[in-house]
Parts: sequence; structure tokens; C-alpha cells
Amino acid sequence: MLMWEFIIPLMAAAVQSGTPILYATLGEMMTEKGGVLNLGVEGIMAVAALAAFVTSFATGSPWLAFLAGGTAGLAFASLHAFVCITCLGNQVVSGLALTILGLGVSTFLGVPYVGLAAPGFDPFAFPLLSSIPVLGDIFFRQDMLVYISFVIPFFFWFFFRRTSLGLHVAATGEMPAAAAAAGLKPVALRYFAVLTGGFLIGLGGAYLSLAYTHLWTNGLSGGRGWIAVALVIFAFWRPGRAVIGAYLFGGVMAFQLRLQAMGTHIPSSLLLMLPYLLTILVLILSAWRGRRIDAPAALGTNIEPEA
Amino acid sequence: MALKIRKRDEPWKWGALVIFLGALLFSLGVSCLLLAGQGKDALHGMFILWEGSFGNLWALEGALLKAIPLFLCSLGVAVAFRMQIWNIGAEGQFALGAIGATWMALSFPGLPWYGLMPLMFAMAFLLGGAWAFIPAVLKLKLRVNEIISTLMLNYIAILLLDYLVFGVWKDPTSFGFPMTPEFTSGAVIAGIGSSRVHWGLLFCAVVGVGLWAFMRFTRLGFELKASGEGARVARYAKIRYGLLTMFVMGLSGGFAGWAGCIETSAVLNRLQPSLMVGYGYTAIVVAWLARLEPLNIAFGAFLLAALRVGVENLQLELQIPAAFGVIMEGMILLTVLAGQFFLTYRIERAPREGGE
Repeated sequence: MLMWEFIIPLMAAAVQSGTPILYATLGEMMTEKGGVLNLGVEGIMAVAALAAFVTSFATGSPWLAFLAGGTAGLAFASLHAFVCITCLGNQVVSGLALTILGLGVSTFLGVPYVGLAAPGFDPFAFPLLSSIPVLGDIFFRQDMLVYISFVIPFFFWFFFRRTSLGLHVAATGEMPAAAAAAGLKPVALRYFAVLTGGFLIGLGGAYLSLAYTHLWTNGLSGGRGWIAVALVIFAFWRPGRAVIGAYLFGGVMAFQLRLQAMGTHIPSSLLLMLPYLLTILVLILSAWRGRRIDAPAALGTNIEPEA
Repeated sequence: MALKIRKRDEPWKWGALVIFLGALLFSLGVSCLLLAGQGKDALHGMFILWEGSFGNLWALEGALLKAIPLFLCSLGVAVAFRMQIWNIGAEGQFALGAIGATWMALSFPGLPWYGLMPLMFAMAFLLGGAWAFIPAVLKLKLRVNEIISTLMLNYIAILLLDYLVFGVWKDPTSFGFPMTPEFTSGAVIAGIGSSRVHWGLLFCAVVGVGLWAFMRFTRLGFELKASGEGARVARYAKIRYGLLTMFVMGLSGGFAGWAGCIETSAVLNRLQPSLMVGYGYTAIVVAWLARLEPLNIAFGAFLLAALRVGVENLQLELQIPAAFGVIMEGMILLTVLAGQFFLTYRIERAPREGGE
């Protein structure tokens, strides 16, 4: 009874609300693998969510909108790449500036769209797989963007383990000087990491306005970008653990919404704290495991030009 | 013609100022484009922005009023940033300060101002400082990244404030609006003379000078400056890095807490959600633009406060969304960061073949 009426729908909802976080976490992981810390995730997601919404609103094509979200993320992340990689600006402060700018831009340009709806992605039962008991109900009655997000971690793993470009990107994240000495181009590789990372983060933002809601409201990102930054640490820079982390957060968000909908006596402001408290808790737990060594060694440091 | 990047032998003397002004000009230019994109007359908009910021006494008063919380928050942020501790949590520490002050104001409504004010300021400092102390301890004991923990505590603090004003502290006579009862006269910081500017301004001056003297004349202050190079250097110099981190974060949060106390007491006269307008985030912009120097922070706080007031005018006259100001803040910061490249490097024409 409880199982079918509460737990399975909750887990399915966890996958859905975890999906934007998963895209963003993988995007940030990609960026950090190349040695660049991007704290602009929250701002990038907000801008991408708006770009996707406006595109869908104007063209009626959700697919084009999804792509537009990714492209907007890439374009916005390129600002961070330029400031940090080319101008050697402080990565922490640049990321914060990007978040401020992104939240501002999305609110400013989003004014005429507040409360409007646009076509997006709807859940459908995936042929065959959705008839698997329990798992099918949780994972395969989702929208298309969720299915896409299932395969990205595998690509991610394959990219860093099996392709030379992936190895080169990881090398610039570990020891840019050595990578340069070995004939690689650390600057170009870092640009690649930040831009593809921005694209993935942008897809996460697009998910928010195209599938999570089909509406435009202010503050759609709601701290998910920051959660993604925390999850990269939690995941020890590994895509598999990012999936677990993202669904964990999706679960807490879904659980909290359900409790509110059921009319609990706990004030909503206290329930809304849960994901943020969990973020801190998750960081404490991952610190306990003491796996800081998994962080790219050159993360956060800029590459000085030869002079 | 080939160009070459070279490290500067000597620092560029007025470079920081030139870069700041350049960034400001660039950002104003882009803002003009944004206004034009909204179908407004951009130059007229810039004029209204200027008028609203500096055009008359009313505007200047408004800017000073907003500069007070910005200055205190930014001072706190700068103290932490100096040690390369990234306290992004001024917004939450500000909220906790306001909560602390309100707690005292509601608990002892009968006290005269000289009894109540010290209690409010003390509790604001304590709670604001404690809110920053949590990430400091987590960073030291468990190496939890303080950027994320301080930021998460911002969200939590704002929700805590909501919880209080929607719940236990709600004024029963407010017709359902989420706000506490109005403070008694002993809990309200008065205006200076007949102006809108209140005595919090004097408090800012005292804190600013106090911090300067502390950095200049005490051992702890010296260690603080010396440990800006990070933990490893600090340990070589036998500096008590752990103690210093906790002290700095406590101070940083306490300053933001004071800002929250002053804003609640002097401007709103009660606690309500509209208190949170993002001063804590703007403070980060101010601190970095001011290159973490207290005197520059005073100017920077005034400038960005004036920008906020100007944008309010723009909102009123041309119906421009308030987010316009946020965009400008982000843009100025990003441009300054990019421009700081020229502080350490210069671009030269590459010497011809054989010229070296």
C-alpha cells in the first residue's frame, strides 16, 4: 500500500527533480576536471533556463529550446573562461560575479514571460523497459530529457578513461605545466572543459523550464547550482557518484514538496531548509572519508603565461 | 604585427583606478544597450540613473542610508577574503544579526535606548558571528569548503527569518502580513537632526577606524595581514592559523550582524522579509572592487549604494526592472576582474627576429 502509493511515486519524483542537478553536477565536474572552478553554475542555470523557455515560447520546438539552453550555458560560461583563463582573474570571484550577473540577466529579461507557459517535455512510458516491475515505474516513466541524462555519465566516464582528449583535459587539471611540457595546449584544453561544462550546466537549466515546470517564474534555479558545486566534491569527481548524489537531493526536494502538499503542520520554511542542510551534511560526510586527493591538483589555480 | 605578453617590472601606479573606471564605463555602455533593447531612450535613462543617484539631497541621503549596511557587510567580507577565507555568507549573517536585534527588542520593550541598544548590538554580533563560526569550525576540523557552507547558510538564514515572522514573532495586529510588531522607541536608532540618515553612520565610522587601528597596532591584526598568503606561509611564520580563522570569521559575521541590526532598527523599525535585499552579495562586489582596503570600501559602498538608489529611480520613472542594478553589479565586477590582468602584465610588440 504505502510502497505503491507513496514510495515509488516519491522515487520517480526524486529522479525527475534530481535530473537538472545531475546535468549541472556533470557540467561542473567537467569544468573542474580541467582545473577551473566555476562558481557561476547558479547563474548559468538561470540564464539557460530563460533562453530555453523563450526559444520554446517563440518557436514551439522543445528540442530547439533544449539546445538553446545548452548554447546559452556555453556562451555564458565563456565569460568565465575568458576572465579566468585568458585574463587570469580570480576564479572564485569570477564565478560569483557570473552568478550575480546570471541571476540579474534572467530576472531582467524574463519579466515579460513571468507566469506564461511554453511547450516542453512530458513523461511517457519507455517501450519495454517501463514494464520492469518497480524499476520501470521509477526510471522509465519519465520525460525524454531524463532518458538522455541516463547515458551522459557513461559518456563522461568513457571520455575521461578511454579517449586521449579526455586524458589531456584531466592532465591540465592535474599539472598544467607538465601537460604543456608534454606538448599539449593547456589553455585550449581548459577552454574546452569550461565550455563543454557550461553546455551541460545549461542543459540542466533548460530542464528546469522545459520539463520540471513548463512555466517561467523568477528564481527557478533555487540554489540547485550551488548544490551541484557541492555534489562534485561529494562525488569525488566521479560521474557514478554524481548520479547517486543528484537523486538523493532530488529525493529530498520531492519529499519536502509532498509533505507540504499533504498538509503537514511543520511550517514550510523549515521544510524548505532541508536541501540546504543536506548539502552541508553531505560535505561533512565526504570530508570524513578524507578523499580530498581526488580533487584535480591544479583546481582553482590559473596558468601563468610564459614571459 | 605580433604582440607579446610581458610581466610588469614595476606595478602600474594608477592602474587599479584606471581599470575600475574603464570597467564602470564599459558596464554603463552595456547597460545603455540593455535599456535600448527594452525600447527606452538609453541616454535619457542614464540621465535618470544619474539624477536618482547624485542629483539632489534626497538622492544622496538615500545613497548614504544604503551605504551603511553595505559598508559593514563589506568590511566583514574583506577581513575574511584577506586571509583567503571565502566568506560568501554575509547575507545570512546579516539576517541573523537582524534576528538577534529583534529578539532583544521584543524581549525588553520597556528598556530605554541606552539599556536596549547595547543588548541589541551585542546579540546581533553574537548571532551573526556564530553563523559565520559554524563554517569556520567545519573548515578547520573537517576541511568542509567554506564557500558552499556559508552560501547554504544564507538560504537557511533567510528561511529562518521567514519562519519567525510568519510564525512565533508575527504581529497579531498585522492583518496577516508577515512582520513583527513595531519596535518601541528605545529599540529604534534615531535620525541625525532632521535628515533621513541615522546614527548608524557614526557607528560605521567608529567600526572602520577601530578595525584600522586593530590591524595597525595589535599582534593579532599583524598576523592577520601576514597570513593573507595562505595557511602554509602562515604556519612557517608561526602564526596561529586555526585561531585566526575562527577569529576572522567571527568578526566577519559579527560585522554583517551589526549591519542587520542597524537596518532593522533604523530603517524598518521591525523585522520583516523585505529586509533581505541582497546587501550581503553586493558587499562581496564592493569588497573586491575596493581591493579589500577599508577606506576604499567606504567609497565603494557609497558608490554601489548610489547605484541602487539610481536604479530605484529608473524603476519608478521608466519601469525598468530592479534586476537592472544586479546586472550592473555583476558586470562591473566581471570587467574589473578581466582588467586586473593589466596590473601584472603588459602587452608589447614582439621584438623582430634577431632583435633579442
